[in-house]
Amino acid sequence: MGILEVKGVNKRFGGLQALGDVNLSIKENTVHAIIGPNGAGKSTLLNCLVGKLIPDSGSVMFDGQSVLGRKPHEINQMGISRVFQTPEIFTDLSVIENVMIPCFAKRDGAFRLHAVEAVASEKDIVEQAEQMLADVNMLDKRNMHAGSMSRGDKRRLEMAMCLVQNPKLLLLDEPTAGMARADTNNTIDLLKEIKEKRDITMAIIEHDMHVVFSLAERITVLAQGTPLVEETPENIKGHPKVREAYLGEAQV
Amino acid sequence: MLGLNKQDTTILLVVAALTIFAPFILNPFPVDSAMAQFNAGYPDLMQRFVIFGIFAIGFNILFGLTGYLSFGHAAFLGIGSYSAVWMFKLLSMNVIPAIILAVIMSGLFAVVIGYVSLRRSGIYFSILTLAFAMMMFALAYSVLTPITGGETGLQLALDDPRILGISATPEGNIPTPSLFGVEMRASTTVPVGAWEFTFNFGYYFCALIMLVAFYLSVRIFRSPFGLTLRAIKSNQQRLNYTGVNPKPYTLAAFVISGMYAGLAGALMASMDPLAGAERMFWTQSGEVVLMTILGGVGTLFGPVLGAGMIKYMENIISKINSDILHSWFAFLPDGLEDLIVAIIYPFIGKGWHLTLGLIFMLVVIFLPGGLVEGGQRVRSWMKNRGKSKEETSQTPAE
Repeated sequence: MGILEVKGVNKRFGGLQALGDVNLSIKENTVHAIIGPNGAGKSTLLNCLVGKLIPDSGSVMFDGQSVLGRKPHEINQMGISRVFQTPEIFTDLSVIENVMIPCFAKRDGAFRLHAVEAVASEKDIVEQAEQMLADVNMLDKRNMHAGSMSRGDKRRLEMAMCLVQNPKLLLLDEPTAGMARADTNNTIDLLKEIKEKRDITMAIIEHDMHVVFSLAERITVLAQGTPLVEETPENIKGHPKVREAYLGEAQV
Repeated sequence: MLGLNKQDTTILLVVAALTIFAPFILNPFPVDSAMAQFNAGYPDLMQRFVIFGIFAIGFNILFGLTGYLSFGHAAFLGIGSYSAVWMFKLLSMNVIPAIILAVIMSGLFAVVIGYVSLRRSGIYFSILTLAFAMMMFALAYSVLTPITGGETGLQLALDDPRILGISATPEGNIPTPSLFGVEMRASTTVPVGAWEFTFNFGYYFCALIMLVAFYLSVRIFRSPFGLTLRAIKSNQQRLNYTGVNPKPYTLAAFVISGMYAGLAGALMASMDPLAGAERMFWTQSGEVVLMTILGGVGTLFGPVLGAGMIKYMENIISKINSDILHSWFAFLPDGLEDLIVAIIYPFIGKGWHLTLGLIFMLVVIFLPGGLVEGGQRVRSWMKNRGKSKEETSQTPAE
């Protein structure tokens, strides 16, 4: 049994079958990549996991509980954090405030009317957030306006915001899309470092094969809404079905 | 002090000093001088400064922190006033029960209106709140006449029961609102040389409540709750995926700011015990939006400043008429005098809205952070100028 079990998931948008009978099992403490050509249903699948979309049929079990019908914030409270394709951070807040919000969410739950104590007097939370910033080498940017940072730093901050909650599963939606090679390599290093430091399960949706083969322990190839193969990176490279999905039926 | 950091304590002390010494600050000109009409230190206007200050402070908790622009906050002002006047009619002329009932009633209405309106955000939220407020205005104006007094408004009468007080004074008048026997209209006028300063009990009562309201808003701004509200304004999507449910947070902010508006409405009724439906009209809702933006959205001090500024212009500039203008420019040759008066005339008297509109446009275009941003810019400019002076004075010494 994996930490995330997707069974027989279907999703239709009008006449388009976006996902057709998807089965996927992600094992605890692995880095699992989901790859596939454009329109293969990767993002639809991810949105079904985080509560943004509800599948027409099938089941999604996380840590023994169904996530279907739950709202995004409830799914996060179960232990799934998500990194977006373009970094989603609180651009109007300072860097440390960005990290403190997930700390409060983890401690206080989805809602708590906590309007008397000052944020600055919450020593535990401040310390926790500072420790996290130190872990991702951003402590020197503590009081910076988050919106004014470079894209690479925003990505780093977003990861910090997810990791500070100690999620059981971290979902990454094309974390290096649109990045320069150097930034991509930095992100790979950051993810490797995260993986070494803590027990965490990651699911990565990615186009960039360099990223996939540097990080993934298992790879699922999705094509036209259906998983083709699930294999280790070594076995994926020469797999005929994968070539077919990416390059068409012509012999290359 | 009081659980605030140094900077916030300073702001609180400045606001406290301004309100305590307002009778002096607002009356800088001798009574008989030509400038006396710019004196704003009379009780009626000073009361309005602080009452609208409370209204704007509360509005800023919703609009400044969460970014949800309510266009129907006057509804709560009206509910506050009606509740207070009913308390004066039924219970007693003491303002405390009136204020308590007003805050509770406006809070209850805010829960219902907020729950429905907050299902949408952005412009749709604004329209929903506007629709609610205008529905309530229409109801108060017509159908609910037995409760609201309809067109004439809700007024006190000699035969009101006032179970804990008296229906009429021994002289046969309607009693006036008071705090445990001290009348709100009680005033002392102190002449100092050519100047005259008026100290009014009602004003100081409202000012004290405004200081408490201001202090609470500072605490909210600095709390984890306030931080979450700012996160809602910044990126609601991220907040959702961070495990926070934004809905109860926005509803709580809406209710708190509705209660502030109810409090302001109750104080309005306490200063002048009548309530009319026009208090719920959309222009009143628009005014508090203007106050907050003019002063500085999301700043602590801005709304108070904006409220003071608009109320000052409404009461002072609107009083200038063409005779006064002529007397100011009497030293000019006749033709020129008429020309200048003709140019300025549209901006004064009933035309004060034009002046307000121009100032508002200038502020929004050049100072998006409101008058508070203007103040900060002037301060940093002075600092830099001081620095560069030092540098230039040091250069020859090297």
